[in-house]
Amino acid sequence: MDTPKGAALIEILSRHRDALLTEWLDQHLSIALRRGLTTEAEMREQFRSFLNVFTDALQRSDILDANRPEWEPVRAFLAEMSAHRARQGYTPVETATFVFSLKQPLYVRLRTELDDDPAALSEVSWNVNLLLDSLGLFTTEVFQRSRESIIARQQEELLELSTPVVQLWEGILALPLIGTLDSARTQVVMESLLQKIVETGAGIAIIDITGVPTVDTLVAQHLLKTVAAARLMGADCIISGIRPQIAQTIVHLGVDLTNVTTKSTLADAFTVALQRTGSSVLTPSATA
Amino acid sequence: MMHVGDVTETLAAEVGLRSDEEIVRLRQIVRDHAIAQGFSLVDQTKFVTAASELARNTLQYGGGGDARLSKLTNGVRVGLRLRFVDRGPGIADIERALRDGFTSGGGLGLGLGGARRLCDEFEIQSEPGKGTVVSITKWKLR
Ligand SMILES: Nc1ncnc2c1ncn2[C@@H]1O[C@H](COP(=O)(O)OP(=O)(O)OP(=O)(O)O)[C@@H](O)[C@H]1O
Ligand SMILES: [Mg+2]
Repeated sequence: MDTPKGAALIEILSRHRDALLTEWLDQHLSIALRRGLTTEAEMREQFRSFLNVFTDALQRSDILDANRPEWEPVRAFLAEMSAHRARQGYTPVETATFVFSLKQPLYVRLRTELDDDPAALSEVSWNVNLLLDSLGLFTTEVFQRSRESIIARQQEELLELSTPVVQLWEGILALPLIGTLDSARTQVVMESLLQKIVETGAGIAIIDITGVPTVDTLVAQHLLKTVAAARLMGADCIISGIRPQIAQTIVHLGVDLTNVTTKSTLADAFTVALQRTGSSVLTPSATA
Repeated sequence: MMHVGDVTETLAAEVGLRSDEEIVRLRQIVRDHAIAQGFSLVDQTKFVTAASELARNTLQYGGGGDARLSKLTNGVRVGLRLRFVDRGPGIADIERALRDGFTSGGGLGLGLGGARRLCDEFEIQSEPGKGTVVSITKWKLR
């Protein structure tokens, strides 16, 4: 394919550099500053660097195709910028706008420059359009990937933090739940308890909800399902840490916990568990 | 500010409900205002739990929507009102939806009826194809 040369573009980029930079920045700055994500100086520096690598690439290969190896530094620049913006809290659209907003100032210059050659103008414009489109989409792709890896990492951290199944005694497990029991987290926590029951062969599991601020029907359902699943695996569950206000709320909701052993404190639950497993802890008065 | 009868209603917060995170956020906002209004611990917990139920219904069945929290005063009483609005499929048979144990989504079927029992006032309007509005109110003597 006979790709038109980018000579006109190099010409424009070197001669109108400062004006271009200002016009481009003007379009973009309002978004970025409104969201308080950056400073004007920082943005100007970023735009200037981009124009540098962009012009370099053009000089090495004036074929306007972002997939050619000569354009690798441009893609690398954008990749780093997109990943950075994903961490800073930009949206994907705002990130892609970095590239897209260069279109208009470039067109304006191209039109003046190639005034006398409409054929060349439309051809170069078209190719600049394609080039900036593919670079813009590239930022979106990188942005997306970065977001995903950030989210995946956060999720892992959360899940690790929130699966604290501990063995209190031979045959007795405890799962102190802390925080909001929404979404995927609950699922994972409950599954880890079941897993631990299998591994240790425990006969009793205490689920302590002292640290759970709200027990609504979704949380109740998760608890009931876990109790039922544990029972199928031969383990009894005790739910402890039901504070008075939570008890009242559960009753009004109409959740039926009559088939579940409940205790107000973890210590009470532990005592019951010891009795059931046939162990007991001797108190000082008993040994005396 | 709005006056209906002797009740003065002042908008306190508006929260979009499009994700689990926003439900958590709503619960925190509602709890903060319940504390500020001087609700007892039991009443705080009841109102926050009712809010959680309705917020989840808005998200799960209404396809997302909004919650508006307002502060009420009425002579010697103060209160909180929370109104949930979605433009989802609506509820064809409200009586059935309120019945304990009825669920179309594999839940316990206790959210709507439970929310009604946890609050002092409960209103629901729904039109199939248009959406659902649920409003709950809790009062406290000053
Ligand atoms: N905003 C809504 N839009 C459409 N349908 C709704 C809405 N809210 C509730 N419903 C319907 O009413 C039914 C009963 O709701 P309810 O909250 O009582 O139970 P649930 O959500 O199914 O289970 P639970 O709340 O106990 O976890 C729902 O299953 C659903 O069919
Ligand atoms: Mg519900």
